[in-house]
Amino acid sequence: MKLIVMVMTMMMISEGSMIDQTCKQTPDFKLCVSLLNSDPRGSSADTSGLALILIDKIKVLATKTLTEINGLYKKRPELKQALDQCSRRYKTILNADVPEAIEAISKGVPKFGEDGVMDAGVEASACEEGFQGKSPLTSLTKSMQNISSVTRAVVRMLL
Amino acid sequence: MTREVCSNIGLWLLFTLLIGNYVVDLEASHHVYKRLSQSTNTESPSVNQPYRTGFHFQPPKNWMNDPNGPMIYKGIYHLFYQWNPKGAVWGNIVWAHSTSTDLVNWEPHPPAIFPSAPFDINGCWSGSVTILPNGKPVILYTGIDPKNQQVQNIAEPKNLSDPYLREWTKSTLNPLMAPDAINGINASSFRDPTTAWLGQDKKWRVIIGSKIHRRGLAITYTSKDFLKWEKSPEPLHYDDGSGMWECPDFFPVTRFGSKGVETSSFGEPNEILKHVFKISLDDTKHDYYTIGTYDRMKDKFVPDSGFKMDATAPRYDYGKYYASKTFYDSAKNRRILWGWTNESSSVEDDVEKGWSGIQTIPRKIWLDRSGKQLIQWPVREVERLRTKEVKNLRNKVLKSGSRLEVYGVTASQADVEVLFKVRDLEKADVIDPSWTDPQLICSQMNVSAKSSFGPFGLMVLASKNLEEYTSVYFRIFKARQNSSKFVVLMCSDQSRSSLEEDNDKTTYGAFVDINPYKPIPLRALIDHSVVESFGGNGRACITSRVYPKLAIGKSSHLFAFNYGSQNVDVLNLNAWSMNSAQIS
Repeated sequence: MKLIVMVMTMMMISEGSMIDQTCKQTPDFKLCVSLLNSDPRGSSADTSGLALILIDKIKVLATKTLTEINGLYKKRPELKQALDQCSRRYKTILNADVPEAIEAISKGVPKFGEDGVMDAGVEASACEEGFQGKSPLTSLTKSMQNISSVTRAVVRMLL
Repeated sequence: MTREVCSNIGLWLLFTLLIGNYVVDLEASHHVYKRLSQSTNTESPSVNQPYRTGFHFQPPKNWMNDPNGPMIYKGIYHLFYQWNPKGAVWGNIVWAHSTSTDLVNWEPHPPAIFPSAPFDINGCWSGSVTILPNGKPVILYTGIDPKNQQVQNIAEPKNLSDPYLREWTKSTLNPLMAPDAINGINASSFRDPTTAWLGQDKKWRVIIGSKIHRRGLAITYTSKDFLKWEKSPEPLHYDDGSGMWECPDFFPVTRFGSKGVETSSFGEPNEILKHVFKISLDDTKHDYYTIGTYDRMKDKFVPDSGFKMDATAPRYDYGKYYASKTFYDSAKNRRILWGWTNESSSVEDDVEKGWSGIQTIPRKIWLDRSGKQLIQWPVREVERLRTKEVKNLRNKVLKSGSRLEVYGVTASQADVEVLFKVRDLEKADVIDPSWTDPQLICSQMNVSAKSSFGPFGLMVLASKNLEEYTSVYFRIFKARQNSSKFVVLMCSDQSRSSLEEDNDKTTYGAFVDINPYKPIPLRALIDHSVVESFGGNGRACITSRVYPKLAIGKSSHLFAFNYGSQNVDVLNLNAWSMNSAQIS
């Protein structure tokens, strides 16, 4: 019985530590751990699997931001031009960056995954700049920049 | 014009219109692809295209990366390339195909290799051509199988009497090389087979890029018949810590002179051969080469002293340049290098403009007299695009703090060659001994940082009042305080290249191994959104991508400049407007 408990505890610790070990090598340990722990696949994933989970988080955040952008057209009609630009940029994240990153990591050429993930941060920054200091999306932008840099660090472990 | 001439022209126009229509239809109807999950930008790029090149190879639309299987066959040059039929990012990759008689003007053909069988159903990735002793070309390429594993396959021309070799058939024996439990090859790190070469034992050798943890290696396979391949127990070469070795290349060069050497050659009698081994490093996104000897007994590459195959090795190009590959041009007895340059714009920009990726102008490549580096120079054929509009300046002094505009040239599509001369070199600043990274030096000292000698060079793709410009320039330093040795630095500075914020405007730099007592040459091939710079007659090459908002087309300007404190002589400056080539 003691042996079973010991083995199970060791298994739990070592499972936790894969995420820990990985996240220690990213710019935002806490964010990384919380993102990966929030996904049921996280506890048994290898590095590729962890990268794919994070890319999924990018996808979810981009979708959420697009919804927010769509809502802002009515509330803040004076921001239409910047919102149009942002809409294009977040659609690029969803339609180009995310599928590219998923295909690249699944097939073992992570450098294109790195490109896609990095670009998610670039697009978010470009969208933010379009408001010239008066952005209603700043907190979402920061989230995307942070997730992008954490994901990039994980993808680089596959290179 | 006579009525007859008019109707002939009319008929000719109608004919080309019909042909054009037919070619487009052929391309569109030819293939059915399973994956539709990507951004399906299948419309032609929008009309306003200020960044498309005039004479650098690029497809009409969508994403391109590695050059594949370059070769010459029956007098026709072939270029295949990784292409995404569905969008402006990497994905759904196939081998697109173009041919040329002069390496400058290209004719497109339908994709030559695309997913069709389990051994490549998930992708047709990079590879090379080997010309067999009977003259037949065969392709070895990486396929992605149903389990997303990387395997190596063979394809051969369906019809050797088609001079364009448009169709290729794949052997049912594929995959010829695959990872398994016995060979222990990493199934997601096994790709990019090279041109094969024959050993003295009449066995073929080929190498494939791979890694085991952080060890990059070139796995060797041998074969008697090019179909049944055996993995060698030892790799041709490896390095611990450098990570995945992509796009390896391995070829002989003649020790003296600039002619090419066929890949299987043992050299002429009395000819000394060296070997070049090259890799693309995943980690750093650069191409590196080492010079050494090929131990044919042990099937090992031995770098010369001073060379290590990692990120300390010399690069072909110190700018945006990757996945390069050479081939032996038997028609003109030279070795030619192709390299891919990606975009420095955001993906959204690429999706908007509908394309991404260009090839650099093919370069002739040979070993320098010193034996310590390779020299590259754009193939002479590109000079046929030079028009008669030549701006020639001779023996002008570029005073300290001056700029000289070069008029009468289409500054957005030009070829410029300039020869500088400096005097009183004892006045050169001493280089800080901690300055060992040329890129860092160039990044930290922009054109407003004055040295005794430099910055002097060219400002290209510049707007009239220099709100935007890309500067390519030299600085000359003394190696040490009382030294007679000098360090020549070349920079390509994109930091002011565009008013657009979200471009990658990284600055690039390289040391140029030349004697500054002699005239200092600089050449720049300028083509809308690409600048290829060659310092010291091809001793240092830097390729960069820029996207000006003002310095476009007719509003683009060209300057020679000198912001150093010493005067610099322009012995000679030639600038040609370049005609456009038929690039795809």
